[in-house]
Order: sequence, then C-alpha cells, then structure tokens
Amino acid sequence: MQHDNNKEITSLLKKQRPLIYRWLGDRIFSLFIFALGITVILCTVLMAIVLYSDGAPAINKFGFFGFLINKVWDPAIKIEFGAFPFIVGTLITSVASLAISFVPAIAVAIFTAEYSPRWLAHITDNLINLIAAVPSVIIGLWGIFVFAPWMRDTFYTNIYMWSMDNFPSLLPILGNPIGYGMATATLILAIMIIPYTTALTVDAFHKVPKEQREAAYALGATKWEVVKMAVIPYARGGILAGVMLSFGRAIGETMAVAMLIGNKNTLPFTILGPASTMPSVIVNEFREAVENLHLSSLIAVGFYLFIISLVVNLVAAYIQRRFSITGARTV
Amino acid sequence: MRLFSKLVLALLILVMFSTPLLYAQRRVELLGAGASFPAPLITAMADEYRDLTEGKVTVNYQSIGSGGGIRQFGEQTIMFGMSEAFLSDKIIRGIEQNTGGKAFNMPITLADVVVTYNIPGIDKGLIFNGEVLADIFLGKITHWNDRRIRNLNPDKNLPHLPIQVVHRSDGSGTTNLFTSYLTKVSKEWENDIGYATSVNWPTGIGANGNEGVAGIVMNTPGAIGYNSFAYALLNDLSYGYMLNISENVIPPSFDATSAAANIELPDDTRILFTNTPNPIGYPIAGFAWMLCYENMEQNKAISSKQEAEELIKFIVWTMTNGQNLSQQLGYAKLPSAAVERNYAMIRQMKWHGEPIGKNILEK
Repeated sequence: MQHDNNKEITSLLKKQRPLIYRWLGDRIFSLFIFALGITVILCTVLMAIVLYSDGAPAINKFGFFGFLINKVWDPAIKIEFGAFPFIVGTLITSVASLAISFVPAIAVAIFTAEYSPRWLAHITDNLINLIAAVPSVIIGLWGIFVFAPWMRDTFYTNIYMWSMDNFPSLLPILGNPIGYGMATATLILAIMIIPYTTALTVDAFHKVPKEQREAAYALGATKWEVVKMAVIPYARGGILAGVMLSFGRAIGETMAVAMLIGNKNTLPFTILGPASTMPSVIVNEFREAVENLHLSSLIAVGFYLFIISLVVNLVAAYIQRRFSITGARTV
Repeated sequence: MRLFSKLVLALLILVMFSTPLLYAQRRVELLGAGASFPAPLITAMADEYRDLTEGKVTVNYQSIGSGGGIRQFGEQTIMFGMSEAFLSDKIIRGIEQNTGGKAFNMPITLADVVVTYNIPGIDKGLIFNGEVLADIFLGKITHWNDRRIRNLNPDKNLPHLPIQVVHRSDGSGTTNLFTSYLTKVSKEWENDIGYATSVNWPTGIGANGNEGVAGIVMNTPGAIGYNSFAYALLNDLSYGYMLNISENVIPPSFDATSAAANIELPDDTRILFTNTPNPIGYPIAGFAWMLCYENMEQNKAISSKQEAEELIKFIVWTMTNGQNLSQQLGYAKLPSAAVERNYAMIRQMKWHGEPIGKNILEK
C-alpha cells in the first residue's frame, strides 16, 4: 500500500523537478561546490594579475620582450635585469631531466604493472612514491653532502681529466667539475620526477582492458610483444599525462635545484658548471631584495614562469586529447 | 538539529580564538620584523625581556629579511624594523615628508664575516689581505700556491690546488658586508661588481645560506667561501685572519669586531665601516640597525603612548643589559661609540611632541 503511494508521488513530482534536487541540503551543497570551483579559478586569475602588476615596473622599464631576452642580471652596479639566463637554465634542466628520467620511469612502470609478483610490485610502488614524498630540501641536503661530492670524485673529475688529455676543445663546454652545477641539478631533478611519470603510467596500464591483452596473447604474442603492441599504445594517453606532469614539476622545482645548481646568473652555462633557473633565482634573492626594481624584476620572472607553466599545461592537455585512445582516457 | 550543533561549534571556535585577543589588550606586544641575521639575538632578548617584565611586554619579531623589514617599516605595519642595510637618503626623505620627522637607524648588534676555506693539511689562520681576497673572488688568483698568497703566509706549505670560489646565492647582509669590503679594497671590484645584498659574481658557484656555503666548502677541497663568524665557529670551519688597513694581522674575534665599530661615527650612524680605520679592528664587520620613527604617533602600528614608551624602554634595554646576551649567541657587543649615538637618537623620540624618549632616558 505504502509502496504504491510512494510510486504515485514520485511520478507526480517527476513532471516538475526530481525531489532529490530540491532538498535544501542538496542546494547548499551545489552552491558550495560551485563557489569553491569559482574560487580556484579566481585564485589563478588573481595570481596572474598580481604577478603582472607587481612585475610591471620591471616589464615596463625593460619591455615585455626586452626583459625576456636581456642577458644581464646585475643588482649592484648597473641595476639592470633580464630573465633570459634563467629561462635558458629552466628549459635545459627540465627537458634534460625529463629525457633522463623517461626510460627508467617507464621501465619501473612496466615492471610493477606487468612483470613483478604482486608483493614485490607493492614494495616498489611504495618506494617510488616515497621519493615523491621526501621534501625537496632534504633531497637538496643529501645532494650537497653526499651526491654532489660522490659524482665529482667518481665521474666529473675523471671526465674532465680525460677530456683534458684527449679533447681539450671540450673543456669550455664541460666547465668546472666542482660537483655543484647543471649536471648534478639535472640528475637530482630526474630522480625527483620519476614517481610522477611512473605513477600515472602504472595507472594507465591497469586501465588497459583485459580483452586487449588476451586478444594479443591469443594471437601468439610473447609477454614483451603484448606490452609493446597492446598495452603501451593503449596507455599512451596516460603515459603522456605523466610525462607532462613531471615536466611541470621539473620546471617549478625550487629548493633542491637552488641548493645544487651553483647559481650563476650569467650566460654561458656549461654542462658541469654552475647555472641557475627561474624558481631558483626567485627563492635566492627574494628575501633580501632591497632595491624596488630588483624585487619587481624577481616578480616579473615569476610572471614569465607562470606563463611558461600555463603553456606547458595547455600543450599537455592538447597532446593528451590527441593521443588518447577512446576509453583509455585517464586522469 | 545537525545545523544547530554546527553553529554551536562555530561559536565555540570563535570564542576560543578571540579569548587570547581579549587578554592581549592588557599586555603590550611589540611588533617588529626584518633582517634574519639578528633574529636569534632579538628572539633571545625578547624572551629575557618578557621574563624581566613578568610577561607584561612581549616582543614578536618576524625574520623576513632586510628588504621586507624596510618595506614594512615604510608601510607602518610594524613598530620597529631591522635591517642590515641602512635606510637610503631617498627613503628617509620620503618618511620625512610623510611623518614630519626623521627615521632613525640605530645599531643594535654587529655582523662580522670571515673567510672560510678547505685546504687539506691547513688549519685556520691563513692570512689574507684585501687585494688578494678581491683577486681570488674576481677569479684572477686561481691556485692556492699563488705567489701572492705564499708571500702573506711564508710559513705555510700551500698545495698546488685550484681555488674553488663559493659565494652566497641568496641575497644577504653577509654578502653586502663582504662585497662592501672588496669594493673598498679593490678598484676593479668597485667598478665592475660593486656591493649589494646580491651581486653579479664574476666567478664561482653560489650556495644557499650560511649552511649552504659551509656545506659546499666542507665538501670541496680547494674551496674558499665566506660565512658569518658565529657560524664558522659553531661548525668548526677553518677560517682566515685578515691583514687590516694598518697592516696588523687580525684574527676574527668579538672584541676585534666591536673595535672595528669603535670609531668616529656620523650622528645618524649610517656608515659602512668595512676596512675600518681602527688599527685593532677586524675589517669585515658592520652594523645591524633597528629602524624607528622620530614622531612615534605617526607610525600606524603604534596605537597608544603606552606602547611607544614600552618600545623605547625595550630598545634602551637591548642596548645596555641586553647586550650581555650577545657573545654567548655569537654576536659582538655594541661599542660605546654606537651606544652614545643611539642615546642621542632616542632623546629625540616624541609622542605628539612630548619627548618621551628623553623622559625615559632621564629616569
């Protein structure tokens, strides 16, 4: 009896709006969610506006493109600033670290998702995620006290000596093998971004439908061939998403890089020698920038960094949409 | 019902947060911000002073850097600022226009910078002079057994090791002091590099903070860097002695730093006395200043005469008994020359024309 009644009421209400959408709690919730969503967008826009307006004195003085391509950064004598060395440093370190980390990251993902027994996959997964959880200042400290001296004694000095004997023309490109420089910073960055690529790739692998694999096996493919032909192509959207996330992370990484890159503000940079990046110069000089133009230039560097990150993210979204196979869209 | 309980919870939280605010009205909180170098000293002084006043006066000091200190002082969000660079003429003129009175720079403690190095087999005590130091940091002297370093240290057996220059990458008062010294002793440095909290270094690698420079120096044979004296002492770094302008070898010490500042000072104490004329002074030393307004009622951060008076009392205390905390924390004591100048400035401090600074000093 009651059941019938309910049915009647529901069908009656269906003509207007479903009952569940008219509950007060539901309305409050949707308003709340809407407000939060708008806040995030507003924050981003406000950030861009503030970065631009605070950086405006520098951008106006040196010009929008002038600031971008000016190679001088001199807060003491000339009071002249340009972002070019830092843009170069940022792009080189992030692209190089991405290139270095790509193959190991994918390899770890293939291993944990396809090859290893479950208990081992569990351990490797956790260990890899642990790298992402370590604060970058800790990684930087480890880099200063352990990694950089070790790299210097094991590789850099030997490479330097070897090229001194065999290819003296290489020396100006190699630079000072002191251990604190672009090569060390890039390697540390590569280690730091591996978890991002790996995590998203593993997720993408797990989302490959079982039928896909089984079909490949049915055709007589070996395990490697299954991974190569059925799994990776299907998951490439997710892999690219991971790569782009890593790239964004590498561009923005601040503390570990600032501690290890050697912080040289003038071009040219060398492979082993010191260099610097956009985030590192900001974190280095922001606190004690007494000169107004100096502060404003640092904020302008932040503005350009914002733009670069934005472009990277947009490109990433585009690539991901282009390359995803329908149904395997991840994240 | 659930909504009601949430409201009650929100109310409770509000009450919890506002209670300390209500209490704070009876006490005085002195709000300051600025340089990070003197922060440990100011914090220790604040603790001591709170005990001394039985909790009546607390000092809240935020270490946000000299640049931030100067800016917030100008924006009047703090009662006093702290800086390792004195206020420029331009800023002082601006403040005079806005408040009708001066902005005071009062030395509160001293900073000193030592040259730290890592040469296998050589302990502290390598002797440097200004020219050699400038040429090392310009990249013109490249090996430790260079003739000019050997001449200064005839009894040391210096190896043929490349010199690795390490400097601060973050803007810092330490860099400001060090480069101001190099500017005074080397024409080339003065023309090409100059002095500031961060400069365009001609050579070497940059490390973040005192700890970054120390870390790289300790881990790199042949490295030379510069650190604040206290930091080098605490971390047992090898540090050099300086040949000062009077050709005396000065091992860094708190007394030598105080002596460096014990010279004829200008009334407003705005002076960089690196390369000090005092024959027993250590040449790479400088003041850290406290910033205050002459017309204290003009500072929007100070809301009552009581607050202004407590602030002056605290400042007087930091310059007298407060200085006893200095050496155990790794800071040199203010010399009498600086304290005298400070008293002269405090005498001028007013609240709506009433000379409260003078009244407090006379008590």
